[in-house]
Amino acid sequence: MPVARVAVPTTVDEAVQALRETPGAQLLAGGTDFCVEVNFGLRRPPAVVALRRVRELRRYEVTPASVVIGAGTTYADMGGPELSSVLPALAAAARTVGSPQIRNAGTLGGNVATASPAGDTLPLLTALDARVRLRGPSGGRTVALGEVVTGVKTTSIAPDEVVVEVVLDRRPGPQQFLKVGTRNAMVIAIASAAVVVDLEAHDVRVALGSVAPVPVRAAAAEAHIADAIDWRAAGGPRASAAALARFAELVADAASPITDHRSTSEYRRRAVQVIARRALERCVARAA
Amino acid sequence: MPREERVPREEREEGAGASPGRAGAGDASGGVPAYVQADTYELTVNGTRRAVEDAWLGESLLFVLRERLGLSGSKNACEQGECGSCSVLLDGVVVCACLVLGVDAIGSRVETVEGLSAAGDVADIQAALVDAGGVQCGFCTPGFVVAVHDLLRRVPGADEMAVREALSGNLCRCTGYGRILEAVRDVQRSRAGSDGGHGAGA
Amino acid sequence: MPAPSGTGIAERVAVGQVADRVGASAARPDGAQKTRGEFAFSSDLWMDAMLWGKTLRSPHVAARIRSIDTRPALATPGVRAVVTAADVPGRPTFGLEVPDQPVFASDLVRYHGEPLAAVAADHPETARAAAMAIVVDYEPLVPLVDPDVALEAAPIHPDGNVFRHLVIRHGDPGATGDVVVEGTYEVGMQDQAFLGPESGLAVPAEDGGVDLYVATQWLHVDRDQIAASLGLPVERVRLYLAGVGGAFGGREDVSLQIHLCMLALRTGRPVKMVYSRDESFFGHVHRHPARMWYRHHATRGGDLVKVEARIVIDGGAYLSSSNAVISNATCFAPGPYRVPNAFIEGYAARTNNPPCGAMRGFGAVQACYGHEAQMDKLAAVLSMDPVALRLRNALERYDRLVTGQVLTGAAPVREVILAAASHPLPPPADPGGSILALPGGAGATAGPGDVRRGVGFAVSFKNVAYSEGFDDFATARLRLETGVDHEPVATVTVATAEVGQGFVTLAQQIVREELGVRRVVLAPASTVDVGSAGSSSASRQTWMSGGALQLACSTLRAELLVRAAELWECAASQCVFDEGEVVQAATGERLSVQDLLSPAPLETEQEFHHRPTKALDADGQGDAHVSFMFAAHRAVVDVDPDLGLLRVVQVATGQDIGKAINPVQVTGQIEGGIAQGIGLAVMEEIVVTEGRVRNPSFTDYLLPTILDMPEVLATVIEEPEPDAPYGAKGVGEPPTISSGPAVLAAIRDATGLPLTRAPVRPEDIALSHGETT
Repeated sequence: MPVARVAVPTTVDEAVQALRETPGAQLLAGGTDFCVEVNFGLRRPPAVVALRRVRELRRYEVTPASVVIGAGTTYADMGGPELSSVLPALAAAARTVGSPQIRNAGTLGGNVATASPAGDTLPLLTALDARVRLRGPSGGRTVALGEVVTGVKTTSIAPDEVVVEVVLDRRPGPQQFLKVGTRNAMVIAIASAAVVVDLEAHDVRVALGSVAPVPVRAAAAEAHIADAIDWRAAGGPRASAAALARFAELVADAASPITDHRSTSEYRRRAVQVIARRALERCVARAA
Repeated sequence: MPREERVPREEREEGAGASPGRAGAGDASGGVPAYVQADTYELTVNGTRRAVEDAWLGESLLFVLRERLGLSGSKNACEQGECGSCSVLLDGVVVCACLVLGVDAIGSRVETVEGLSAAGDVADIQAALVDAGGVQCGFCTPGFVVAVHDLLRRVPGADEMAVREALSGNLCRCTGYGRILEAVRDVQRSRAGSDGGHGAGA
Repeated sequence: MPAPSGTGIAERVAVGQVADRVGASAARPDGAQKTRGEFAFSSDLWMDAMLWGKTLRSPHVAARIRSIDTRPALATPGVRAVVTAADVPGRPTFGLEVPDQPVFASDLVRYHGEPLAAVAADHPETARAAAMAIVVDYEPLVPLVDPDVALEAAPIHPDGNVFRHLVIRHGDPGATGDVVVEGTYEVGMQDQAFLGPESGLAVPAEDGGVDLYVATQWLHVDRDQIAASLGLPVERVRLYLAGVGGAFGGREDVSLQIHLCMLALRTGRPVKMVYSRDESFFGHVHRHPARMWYRHHATRGGDLVKVEARIVIDGGAYLSSSNAVISNATCFAPGPYRVPNAFIEGYAARTNNPPCGAMRGFGAVQACYGHEAQMDKLAAVLSMDPVALRLRNALERYDRLVTGQVLTGAAPVREVILAAASHPLPPPADPGGSILALPGGAGATAGPGDVRRGVGFAVSFKNVAYSEGFDDFATARLRLETGVDHEPVATVTVATAEVGQGFVTLAQQIVREELGVRRVVLAPASTVDVGSAGSSSASRQTWMSGGALQLACSTLRAELLVRAAELWECAASQCVFDEGEVVQAATGERLSVQDLLSPAPLETEQEFHHRPTKALDADGQGDAHVSFMFAAHRAVVDVDPDLGLLRVVQVATGQDIGKAINPVQVTGQIEGGIAQGIGLAVMEEIVVTEGRVRNPSFTDYLLPTILDMPEVLATVIEEPEPDAPYGAKGVGEPPTISSGPAVLAAIRDATGLPLTRAPVRPEDIALSHGETT
């Protein structure tokens, strides 16, 4: 029955030290996944390092070029006025996470470190090429999200490293997050998609959730649609119906979904096709 | 833009900071992490310091409240954050007590349905739930009382969709929610009536 | 030993208003406690020196058990006892109808999650770890999971694989109609998903027996099964009703009761057990999955000529109440319509799937998905309005059912249909409204242009109380005495399980109605002080326990008249009861109840039996049911066909209830029942693959949230039922029966897809819907 020791650090450095001092210790952030596993006897670490008191993890910073979000930022925080104005799709994703109670507790760092294929913030983070700042005994390092999340609930984060913050470049233009679930609230994603349109770089970024072991970018779809969009059309960028349809097909090609108790592979492939296209259509007008 | 520090809403209040109680606070400036190793610790529940004795550190706050502190008003329907029956306020924020490790609540303010009831803060919500027929088996009811209280003190004039969204983490298997919504509307009406400005905010 | 802490088992005193009589929306006497978190549910009970129990369950669907080694568990520090099948002192099996289910599996595992052992320890985590430490040597077997195959396959249980085969032959089997529609339909396995997990506290008693505080639907039938397995006389097994966190049929069968008592008797200490949510999914029976084939014959004018049907329900590994469920599914297979000719076959099969039994609607739910889809098909073929077709064929009083039974009671089928149909339709979706109002909700998947609206209609009927010759009864004891303040106090003692339905409110209303007494005390429900109340199921307690209490009241009222007559030296027939007083008709003299109670308290215990019913004969004919409830539902659903996501916008209903004894509680039953109906139609299903339960959690077994529930518009039809106390039928089940089929019909209407399976899954819609454009 371990869990014989619980560290309650107040700084990141203390948390790192606690991890180093206590072999096998696991980090506890918002607890929304961790505690479920403890409650059901599925997780029995010898010790726990609880991050609730580490106030420096709960900061965010918005600059003209980037947004840096502390790992302890809750989903509820992501829906706050400033973050939702610069990262509306992150706020939209956060709004779909669990219940209000879960959104008050669950954190961005927890979503990254848990690395669930259904992690609701991960598609947008993937679309924005998020970088994750980690700190360990030998100092900090910054790693691309795609290198952090290595598989279903597996990461390259070392046992003595703490997720400190997530760095996102700001992209001028609209962004969307859509999530499919069988219930209209409090549901795990069957499929999700984030679309980010950069009106200056003239590119489109698409990332998908719950349709592969890790969040995936639909690179071919991105390349196709960036070329197909008339970026200089009066009234804003637009794309033809045929281009949008091709985009949707290419999005589906990027998915490698499984069939499980929540849904089927075939449906998930269909769903990302529909939602990625709808997300894009909310960003880019359809040419007549 | 300036770097803004965001801290939990209530943590700014004096005395509600991050002090791990009798297990000994880590000295933040010294960089030494504090540990809870003992099976006895203290929590601040409903304004009172309560000793938790002979506990296993893997126990959830819900278990500690229910089985060690005699506060069984927070209910154990799912223990996975999917029903809201164990809703409590932790430093003023509504969370599922089943997803908080008991020891991780050291130094925080925990308010349960019992505390809110004793303080009289939720009397009108409770009366409305009974009168409107929002209580059947009652297992979800304490969680709803806490969640409705949390909503109406933040957004007294929440419209129906906002009420539904705020309560979407609280499952009820008996009522189909109709009488619960009716009770919330009743409270909103009577609070707006008794305090002109109260119900107008959103 | 003293009673455990917790007010759930305490008496409920309510000083109500005299006006809180039958017909008033009196408030629940336990409501205030429940809102304060002070009401003790079965999981809240606590005693000094209490131990914690935990069950070991099979990870296999079907397996031979070669050996069970409990020594590692017993060697775990803090463990006080481990019990297995070898320790069952009495009958090794239990069961509601037939004891075919082992208390613990000993040689064979027949379903995923079947119990093998139970542990008592001083901490729940110790008990859990110890249970995991038990070493079981299994030889996995190929499970039998298809009910149709099971009917013909080698038996997996000494009692065989066919629980029941039932045939209804009615009228001319050779009859044919001008128009024939045929279809096959399927209903998935729904869970009751009551929020209060199975839990209880067993306390060893000095007489060698045991006191069990538990959440259940029927104390006495639990007691009898527990006593048999403990090898104890029933007097030494005392059950007390602890607070019940919902039931819906899922607490009709024994779950942890026998295990808990065995552990308490073995350790000599109080033992508490609380199922976790995942264990709860394994710990109780579910709603039967069903496969149904239907063929309807009608005239060109739209009159039903014949209904043919074959219904197979999957009972899972053990019988539970499968025999009664298949009887209902078969009897109600045609729906509430005049059907002159019928040939209907019902089968309940034993498989290695999870055991299924009672759930709200009990067989009528599954059949309704079939008969209502058929009525819509018929309407389409006949180019008739679906509501008009239903009205044309609606049963009326004195019509004959396919079982030959004549409808002698109230049968306002036309009225419920017209009531449901006449509610206003909702306004179209607001294009500028909240995304939460669109299919997909917070997922923001749909724009207004992605949504199509559909409207569907369904009608249903079901029996009240127990059927087929079962001697169904309830008992009530009533004591009238003068209280400390010289006001009369009525104490009601019933073993009726209050599961949330509000019988506690009704009991007080009935006493006030009958005796005009303000102070009504409801004594704790137990097997100790009073006879059986029967089960809180089958929509029967208002009728049955209500009837027993009404009988007890009228008995004491007669005694009050006798006392008054003695004082006045007149005949009792010259005295009448009026507004809580006895009046001498001739003189107008009045005596209050407290005046009449001063010599001595009055007390009576009364048993109420409903009119006897009969068994069905070999052709499925007989007066098998005591009474019928009718309901109609109209659903409006917004569907996003490309994604198969949806939002139920509105459900309108007309329901035949006889009499609303408490109108607010009636509304609560209707809305709550509709929520469960919607759940089955669109999201609730225990996913079972090769016998294995895939989603035993509230993360993956989805219940409707407040964002999934529509506006409900309800009209109740109060046509008194002749035999029923106050004319009140039941109210709990009908809302769960045709609401779901109406939702499915609305989705068909929106999409044009056949959708023959409930729950409908997003892929059923999206992958059948045409390619995205």
